[in-house]
Amino acid sequence: MRNRFSWFNATSLTLGFAFLYLPILILVVYSFNSSKLVTVWAGFSTKWYGELFHDQAFMDAAIVTLKVGLASSTLATVLGTMAAYVLVRGGRFFGRTLFSGMIYAPLVVPDVITGLSLLLLFISIGLDRGIGTIVLAHATFSMCYVSVVVSSRLVSFDRALEEAALDLGCTPWDAFKSVTLPIIAPAVISGWLLAFTLSLDDLVIASFASGPSATTLPMKIFSQVRLGVSPEINALSTILISIVTVGVVTTSVLTKQAAVRRKRQEQEAAKQD
Amino acid sequence: MSEDAEKGAVPTPAFAPWDDPQAKPLIRFQGVTKKFGEFVAIDDLSLDIYEREFFALLGPSGCGKTTLMRMLAGFENPSMGGITLAGRDIVPVPPNKRPVNMMFQSYALFPHLSVADNIAFGLKRSDMAKSEIAGRVDEMLGLVQLRKFAARKPHQISGGQRQRVALARALAKAPKLLLLDEPLGALDRKLREETQFELMDIQEKLGTTFVIVTHDQEEAMTVASRVAVMDNGRLVQVDTPERIYEFPVSRYVADFIGDVNLIEGRIETLTKDCATVVWAETMPPITAGLPQGIGAGEACVFAIRPEKVTISAERPPDAVNALPGKVLDIGYLGNMSTYHVELANGQVIKSQMTNQRRLARRAFSWEDQVWVSFTATGGLILMA
Repeated sequence: MRNRFSWFNATSLTLGFAFLYLPILILVVYSFNSSKLVTVWAGFSTKWYGELFHDQAFMDAAIVTLKVGLASSTLATVLGTMAAYVLVRGGRFFGRTLFSGMIYAPLVVPDVITGLSLLLLFISIGLDRGIGTIVLAHATFSMCYVSVVVSSRLVSFDRALEEAALDLGCTPWDAFKSVTLPIIAPAVISGWLLAFTLSLDDLVIASFASGPSATTLPMKIFSQVRLGVSPEINALSTILISIVTVGVVTTSVLTKQAAVRRKRQEQEAAKQD
Repeated sequence: MSEDAEKGAVPTPAFAPWDDPQAKPLIRFQGVTKKFGEFVAIDDLSLDIYEREFFALLGPSGCGKTTLMRMLAGFENPSMGGITLAGRDIVPVPPNKRPVNMMFQSYALFPHLSVADNIAFGLKRSDMAKSEIAGRVDEMLGLVQLRKFAARKPHQISGGQRQRVALARALAKAPKLLLLDEPLGALDRKLREETQFELMDIQEKLGTTFVIVTHDQEEAMTVASRVAVMDNGRLVQVDTPERIYEFPVSRYVADFIGDVNLIEGRIETLTKDCATVVWAETMPPITAGLPQGIGAGEACVFAIRPEKVTISAERPPDAVNALPGKVLDIGYLGNMSTYHVELANGQVIKSQMTNQRRLARRAFSWEDQVWVSFTATGGLILMA
């Protein structure tokens, strides 16, 4: 019943895939186009990839993006995990509702407003805009995503585990470090990856928070595209897409395998009673 | 029947520090009250627990037994009153500094650590030398017969094995006091019974004081040297399992522990050694031992355990109490049968008879006219 072929299913599947991946596919195909004109196919070539690596401005932007991504996602992960822990485990404290509301605000506040308000803040406290300010800005808005991911894990976390650690002689910090953190590590890592992706992705907030010395890859691409789409950008995008695809596929395969193995071990263990 | 005569009725166990006025309690709750907001979880409770005891806190959920245990572990602090452990005030001592370990209901095994590392967890945080830890872990693995599984992770062992790892982990630091929170709740019945005896063996071998929280009265009766029956944050009765069962102090205890027939009535006469209870106009009064704190004419409840009620076809000639009725239901449990006998006024009395002989033809059937009888000492008169 479940596997029966039906025209309705086939059509919706095709349309769905086309809707999601056709634009990306076209981009990838044209990145191998030997013509300088993006819309005219003139044969297969990898020359744009070569040119890309010799384009200093692009390479600089890529390095800035990586630096910003690593720093801001790490900062966001530390802060977001702390916030999640306090919200889930802190019990009732003064200002809790306000605090939780404020943490999740960036989820709903438009990027433009976040960016603008950060810009105003940086100007008013006289902070020189550059990589540092982009890191701060990205950490601010991606922290809430980390916090959401980590707190959902903490909610389902058996509190007795922490109590057992305390009972066995841990100080609260030791209990967090040696029991809570290893157990919520998958959520913290996915929070970090999410923050990293958001940072790679962001154009609007980075544009507000950056100064003349720092240009991220999305900013660079956007400014280039305004002068016309170049095949180099297609090549760059293809590289980015490949990196993301390999990452996603690898993690999901590994997770799936781990789940299957764990399930089998649990079934074997249950037979021993 | 006087208090002394009652005590004589149950053999005094050899280990009974609670009867020794010289004995110093290991744990002492003094006037402890715990409030969660408006809710009073523990209400002005005082309790002494002695060294080497296997002490059970028994009660329905929400009676405060878990709160009491968590106060011993240090996860809750009393709103009022004091708790001492071996004479030392432990209220200000955080959980990690108490010589107390706990076995959690969910076992709370650390999923990222192997069985051996779970057991070593507390030792690594004590002042035990690194070289000795491995030996101690091995000793504990031997105690719970899990040497083969030392390298496994908790999800790679069965529920019963997890339970034993949790016990070994809690015992590894050789605590003065071990707390067990519904330790056998997750096991199936057969395994639970085996484990109860295993727990008793281990407790006896180590001589550690155990405090167990349970809502399972059979479990409490099996393992404990003394049982505290709790209700609404108060102790209703603290006594040995035998005395709790045979001499419950109230209707609540009688009803909570084991099966019981409860007959509401009023005390008619009180003589030197017995009392009579009238309970239905058409029925003869019940003769029983003297009650405590109830005067003639006052309302009371007569409580009698089903196994102390005998069924017979004819009225037993020498029975002190005999009531006619008819068999309503028969529950065959294998080792015994429970008969529900409806008396003429509608009151149903349960009687339990052991099935001593295989293949014996059942003596009574549904709708049979029978007599239920019991001795004057078989039941108890309690306050209504």
